[in-house]
Amino acid sequence: MSKLIIETKNISKFFHDPMTMQVLKDINMNVTQGEFVSVIGRSGCGKSTLLYILSTMDTDYDGELFIDGVSMKKRKESELALIRNEKIGFVFQFHYLLNEFNVLKNVMLPGLKLGKYSNKEVEARAYEKLKILGIENEALKMPNQLSGGQKQRVAIARSLINDPLIIMGDEPTGNLDKKNGDIVFNIFQELSSVYNQALLIVTHDNEFASKTNRIIEMEDGKII
Amino acid sequence: MKFSLLLSISKSLLLARWSQTLVAAIGVTFSIAMFITLLSFMTGLNDLLDGLILNRTPHVRLYNEIQASKVQPIDYYAKYKNHYNFVSSVKPKNERLEIYNNAAIINTLKKDSRVLGIAPKITAQVFYNVGAIDLTGVINGIDVEAENKLFFFSNYVTAGNYIDLKNTPNSIILGKGAAEKMLTNIGDVIQVTTTKGERMQLKVVGYFQSGLQDLDKVQSYASIKTTQKLLGESNSYITDIQVKLNDINIAPATAIEYKNLFNVESIDIKTANSQFETGSFVRSLISYAVGITLLIVAGFGIYNILNMMIYDKMDSIAILKATGFSGRDVNIIFIVIALSIGIFGGTLGLIFGFGFSALIDQIPFNTASLPTIKTYPINYNPKFYIIGAVFSLITTYMAGYFPSRKASKIDPVIIIRGK
Repeated sequence: MSKLIIETKNISKFFHDPMTMQVLKDINMNVTQGEFVSVIGRSGCGKSTLLYILSTMDTDYDGELFIDGVSMKKRKESELALIRNEKIGFVFQFHYLLNEFNVLKNVMLPGLKLGKYSNKEVEARAYEKLKILGIENEALKMPNQLSGGQKQRVAIARSLINDPLIIMGDEPTGNLDKKNGDIVFNIFQELSSVYNQALLIVTHDNEFASKTNRIIEMEDGKII
Repeated sequence: MKFSLLLSISKSLLLARWSQTLVAAIGVTFSIAMFITLLSFMTGLNDLLDGLILNRTPHVRLYNEIQASKVQPIDYYAKYKNHYNFVSSVKPKNERLEIYNNAAIINTLKKDSRVLGIAPKITAQVFYNVGAIDLTGVINGIDVEAENKLFFFSNYVTAGNYIDLKNTPNSIILGKGAAEKMLTNIGDVIQVTTTKGERMQLKVVGYFQSGLQDLDKVQSYASIKTTQKLLGESNSYITDIQVKLNDINIAPATAIEYKNLFNVESIDIKTANSQFETGSFVRSLISYAVGITLLIVAGFGIYNILNMMIYDKMDSIAILKATGFSGRDVNIIFIVIALSIGIFGGTLGLIFGFGFSALIDQIPFNTASLPTIKTYPINYNPKFYIIGAVFSLITTYMAGYFPSRKASKIDPVIIIRGK
């Protein structure tokens, strides 16, 4: 059996504003190494909320979350930041590249923050990742000189820089047209099959989901 | 390594909005420059005004005064010891103004480690005889060299050479006002009459201008020897001993000590001129208040700009946090931005402040009452520069602190989901 990367035990979450309501109800799920999992469900079913809890950015929940076998309960904000930095790669619906830095630096930033490799090594690794995504020629451009699809690919390269245990995506193809969406999907597919990368992608694109290894369908805060 | 990364992020964020940053920095520059200029100028002026009196006033003056004896003969009579004795119409006796045994006193003072220097002096009431008219005046008999060393005598001699007073026998340096009244020129001989009726011819070797016009109409200077001759006294005759101390603040206590020790009257500079200190203090206070207000206003400018920057950079902050930068890192980034504005603006401010001060120092400033001053006075005390530098850092840090804290508390989830 492959290594468990993410495991949850009875995760529940409540929103209190404007009134108390339960958005997640006793979520039990896991992701193992090399698995390409998609989470689908209607708007408001809690899939994004779940993703943010799994990503450690949202700490206000009941139940337990284990990443790489370690509980995330009662951790300091700086510890969680370190875990996100090292073990989780993010791709959002919007690319969120920093316009002040060129593509290469954008990809390098999380790597520099981790400080595991020297600046030169991080740079070499960043080039490597850009190459996987086929955009190494754009490395020295500024983000605003790229097309939407290219930006999203840079964002993926950035998520890969620290060789994370898992890549999480929140509607990563939501803002892209069909062609670019397919490119991004193919990249994910390749990462999963060739590099044995675990992926957890939230989407409402059923076609996208149908091509993944496993589909987690949610409704009203529950997995069905 | 990690810190240099945060630095480089700060730099990029700063340069991305360099025009705004520049405005903020100029605010700091302006306030620091004004702070320095204002204080340098104010203090320069203070020193000048204080110098008018304080430089020329001995810290402690020992003298004798004609006054009624405090102890009347009846007080010595044992029988009436426990009675109240009323003696009416007590008159001062004909006491000499001379300080007795002054050579010994001077010797003792010279050995006192608190004493910077001593200048003996004779004050003589005279009349300047101008034709048929007598003008009242005072001749100060001074030890020319000591007087110059301790009280900057030569600064106030506007015409002629002060040392001639010592080298030329029977010479006088006239107060400017007195000289104008008498229509004398340097080299002329004038006649003075003492209160006892003795006459003497004195050669004018210079003019003296203190800046206090009333004083200049009356006062003149002669050497101690000339004055002793004028008064017909021996060469041990001295009416005042002027003492300059190393530390002006111990003057009141020292004055009392000497009074008891030498059995003479004494007065200290603080008692004699307390109003000057108050004036200086209030002026300094106002300058500091204005300067610090300027800095605080500049601080608000920085605060505003950082707040806008953070609002503008919400997405960037969110993604930095999502990819593993902690709240503390974000905090450091914005504090660094604030401090760089402070350091850059502050340094420029110090330079400009120095420049403005130097400029004011060149502006002509001629006034009849201040003969030695040709340009506006400036005090280049490094203290102001240090205060300015420290304060610019503190205000910019404070201005950066709250926006940075806000930035560090940004919840990436809210930003990212909000799109």
